Amino acid sequence: MKTVRIIPRLDIKGPNLVKGIHLEGLRVLGKPSDFAKYYYEQGADELMFMDVVASLYERNSLHDIISETAKKIFIPITVGGGLRSISDIKEVLRVGADKVCLNTAVIKNPQLIREASRMFGSSTIVIAIEAIKESDGRYLAYTDNGREFTGVDVFEWAQKVDELGAGEIVITSVDNEGTGQGFDLELISKISNIVSIPVIAHGGAGKQNQVLDLINDGNANAVMISSMFHYHFIKENESKASSLEGNVEFLNQKRNFHTFEPCTISDLKNLLINNQIECRL
Amino acid sequence: MDSLKKKVIIIDYQLGNLFSVKQACETVGINAKISSESEEIINADALILPGVGAFIEAMNNLKKLGLDTAIKDKVTKGTPLFGICLGQQLLFTESEEFGAGNGLDLIPGIIKRFPEEFEERKIKVPHIAWNTIYKYNQDWSKTALSALENNDFMYFVHSYYVKPSNESCVLTKTNYDGIEFCSSIIKNNIFATQFHPEKSAEKGISIYKNWALKNNLL
Repeated sequence: MKTVRIIPRLDIKGPNLVKGIHLEGLRVLGKPSDFAKYYYEQGADELMFMDVVASLYERNSLHDIISETAKKIFIPITVGGGLRSISDIKEVLRVGADKVCLNTAVIKNPQLIREASRMFGSSTIVIAIEAIKESDGRYLAYTDNGREFTGVDVFEWAQKVDELGAGEIVITSVDNEGTGQGFDLELISKISNIVSIPVIAHGGAGKQNQVLDLINDGNANAVMISSMFHYHFIKENESKASSLEGNVEFLNQKRNFHTFEPCTISDLKNLLINNQIECRL
Repeated sequence: MDSLKKKVIIIDYQLGNLFSVKQACETVGINAKISSESEEIINADALILPGVGAFIEAMNNLKKLGLDTAIKDKVTKGTPLFGICLGQQLLFTESEEFGAGNGLDLIPGIIKRFPEEFEERKIKVPHIAWNTIYKYNQDWSKTALSALENNDFMYFVHSYYVKPSNESCVLTKTNYDGIEFCSSIIKNNIFATQFHPEKSAEKGISIYKNWALKNNLL
């Protein structure tokens, strides 16, 4: 059987779950542990925690959130953001992460992929590629949530990541991320076809049918989703979706919710299964 | 009462993440300790051999720490052992890739890698997915899988799988994109899975619980 994985992505800033558009303009949505528990109960296949400000400060501050989550949640947990070295990786694995997600550090030093996969096993090393489509049609890799230009060609980089021994690639379309307009199928299917390792698609999920198109036409092995699930959680649990840092007004107004069709993980999985796509229900 | 409780050692050979294995043990009430001391292995009531990473490095580490002979002695004498993922593979004779005599050789058989292509299809390796396990010749009711139903989903992450010389130890099989492989084994006091029960939600945790119950460890 060939199954797809549905992976809720939790972007974290300090103690809060946040969500941006094009990975920028972060808004606080609530407490990460509430969302994580809900997604686990709903049948999430894995969870992804991304410290979205870590790169700025050069450190990952998710240790407490991870160790608390890993005590109660028995599905794989991937942690990313600000991981720079073998010892950073060791530290997040020690507190309960199963996999780590690297971007900035490996663009600067690709050999870190080889070193880390040898030490921790290929399947522990997930490489994030943040792609932006340039005006000439080329896709270039960025770092620091799509802020830092690297000049690296996305497809050449994906092949190199594969050769260096990474276990998986998360490909983010920064252009589509947070917009709900759908995935960049051209980008994702091309990446998936040139690498031998599984590909996780991220960026653009707004409606359930777009996920169906992604699996059928984009050849993705897994999909990472934030807004569609987060907004559903907020609708269902208004009392929990509050924050100390404000933005309650944004949540109450549900501004920009209209581009999204919020749903639960099981809604989405049922749709996939009804369309002959295998996944765990 | 804790001093009377059976002691389970989670064998640490300095590869991979043992946090979730320990957490799963605690959740079901197993008195588990992570250790790389052969002395503690010798005194244990049961062993868990986890593992993520490369076969050759794992065997080298076990040998360097002097744990390979300790594990073999204990298991040969009848101590229950639960192998997980790479921990299952290490029980076999050898890895196809690294040549003869490399494994613990408690179960005859080899370790194979998934092919890059199968029936003209490209196969994504590693196999990272929730996939179903199904019955193969054996009844599950007397095993750690007693709370599971045929075709329940478990979490897999691996590039290699075991091929026992004698299929009588095969407890479950799994099919990845057309390739059928052995996904768990049982042989006397040895039980081992290619999937990760500690990452397979509530059903996976039931495997820890039932393994402990069947072996009187609680």
